[in-house]
Amino acid sequence: MAKGKYLKGASRRSLLKQFGAAAVGISFAGGLAGCSRASSRTVNFHNWATYIGPTTLDDFQEATGISVNYTNFASNDELFAALRAGNPGYDVIVPSNEYVTRMADAQMLMELDHSLIPNKANLLPEFLDAGFDPGRRYSMPYTWLVVGVGYRKSRMPSPTFVPDSWRYLLDSNQFTGRIAVLGDSADLIRLSAKYKGHSVNGVPDAMLSEIEQMLIRQKPHIKAFHEDDGQDLLLSGEVDIVMEYNGDIAQSIRDDADIAWVIPSEGTLQNQDCLCIPNQAPHPEDAHAFINYLLDGQAGAGIAEEIQYATPNSAARDLMPEDYKSNTIVYPTPAELARCEYGAFEGDEKARLYEEIFTRISAA
Amino acid sequence: MEQSWKQAKAAFAAIAVPPVAWLVLFFLVPLAVIWAYTFGENVGPTTIDFTGTFANYARALEPLYLDIFGKSLIIAGLTTLLCLIVGFPVALAIAFAGPKLKSWLLLAIMLPFWTNLLIRTFALIAVLREQGYVNFALEWLWNNASGFMTLIGLQPLGDYEPLTLLYNNTAVVVGLVYVHLPFMVLPLYSALDRMDRSLMEASLDLGAGHMRTIWSVVVPLAAPGIASGILITFIPALGAYLTPDLLGGTDSQMIANVIERQFKRANDWPFGAALSFLLMYLTFIAIAAQAFIQRKAERRG
Repeated sequence: MAKGKYLKGASRRSLLKQFGAAAVGISFAGGLAGCSRASSRTVNFHNWATYIGPTTLDDFQEATGISVNYTNFASNDELFAALRAGNPGYDVIVPSNEYVTRMADAQMLMELDHSLIPNKANLLPEFLDAGFDPGRRYSMPYTWLVVGVGYRKSRMPSPTFVPDSWRYLLDSNQFTGRIAVLGDSADLIRLSAKYKGHSVNGVPDAMLSEIEQMLIRQKPHIKAFHEDDGQDLLLSGEVDIVMEYNGDIAQSIRDDADIAWVIPSEGTLQNQDCLCIPNQAPHPEDAHAFINYLLDGQAGAGIAEEIQYATPNSAARDLMPEDYKSNTIVYPTPAELARCEYGAFEGDEKARLYEEIFTRISAA
Repeated sequence: MEQSWKQAKAAFAAIAVPPVAWLVLFFLVPLAVIWAYTFGENVGPTTIDFTGTFANYARALEPLYLDIFGKSLIIAGLTTLLCLIVGFPVALAIAFAGPKLKSWLLLAIMLPFWTNLLIRTFALIAVLREQGYVNFALEWLWNNASGFMTLIGLQPLGDYEPLTLLYNNTAVVVGLVYVHLPFMVLPLYSALDRMDRSLMEASLDLGAGHMRTIWSVVVPLAAPGIASGILITFIPALGAYLTPDLLGGTDSQMIANVIERQFKRANDWPFGAALSFLLMYLTFIAIAAQAFIQRKAERRG
């Protein structure tokens, strides 16, 4: 996901936070040099911006005596590129599902020692294993999210109208010029396949060319391929219907009651941000202790309360207020979830093919 | 007391070595690595073999990418032309302003550089979007006109429909002109400022009008400044990726956007490097052309 490279409302990938991330990134080198001189214990945690509880890191230090060196990244691609030439000193990173596979394939990740993570028992059963990381060898779940449709109720044809199909975004002129979709090649192609009744994975070549034709046809009706700032386009009245992540739309609804959310009937993409330890991590033991702490019920609740994303942690969820637990935007219903799929990493060749298709669509 | 550098070799070396070393270490060496990538092949997720293949260039020269290059050239060319049309009178005005006003005007031209490009682009979004200042102003005028028409007994104009100013190629060109205008104005200004004013006075004394003087005297004298202004506007505009990304619509992709995605999502550094170097070869050609024009102009002068 080339998500929110530049801007994002109040969520983990905002512009100012990225500037913050850059600033922290600069001070990070100094921090590392400092900790190698001092003998005090440190974990270098590299996370999305605004993706942690306000007191989580201090609480961890109080509980264990290990201090946390906190830095931010803005996209999975950026994280991957940072680790390409070897680990620059991170102990814990937070790639999304597909990138867990990509990084494991590239031998960037260290196998986790599950005996050092007893709080794994707090996880909901469906998160104990993962298709993108069989046996959870490399990753522990941190949060999860889904893609869906955010829309402006007053601009729909009738007050009861719900755009509950990808058709309105991908294959219809009904909202011509009032549509924005994610500008990420893989997300766009996968959701088009989902719309056509196929799985988001293993899309055959014949269907890929159908999808390409469909999106080229649809292009004049789409106003922008957005950089995961769809909620801003929706809030500012630039478009009336967007493809976006649930957390972003949930936050927008707090600002503007005219906005609503739906997961299309064809189903959608689910994502999971995961805690991993990169190879050559300077403090692997403390990194395990830190991951274990993040999976603690109290700590997890503190994080979920702040960031308002869905937690895979049942102990944390039990501690949360009722309005969070019953929020069907943050927590899709079981029926909706049954129609969600994780986008799998299908090799670099496939990623390049998707990229070329997107280039052709944009150039058409 | 001018002296040849040959007579002060030690002093010359002391001054020249640090910048040259800096240039070699942090510019030429990384550039050479990227250049080597253009002949490389992906053999693993993070490993590239330098096999000497031309496959990356062959792919970069496919019609799909050539069309995108062509489109980027058109957008950058249009941007440069507009910058020249807008920038020339501005530069002329600054060159002929009084000394005190001149420094204020120069400051005003350079002021935008004090703000990050990203911030300036977001500011432009706030101005141009449907709920933006341009549309607010137009809506205000529209409603007043509408009220006036009711007042004199005509049909009112109806509701104001906001103009779509963002997310299209026009917005990209507007954004690029806004960002690159100082690059055009500054070299033009320095050329015009150095110009011998007596030649213009002579032209006017001998009966040429103001326009004729500008066309036949000022423009030819400022030609080297115009050429370098065109060059340093055109090159960064050709490689722009932030502006088309943020202000562009679904068909505003420029070549730098494609390059960026090769280094990120596609994880195809050799191909991204080949595209980058094609862009750089184009730039070299443009610089060579500029040098050629300048030499011709000097010979004529």
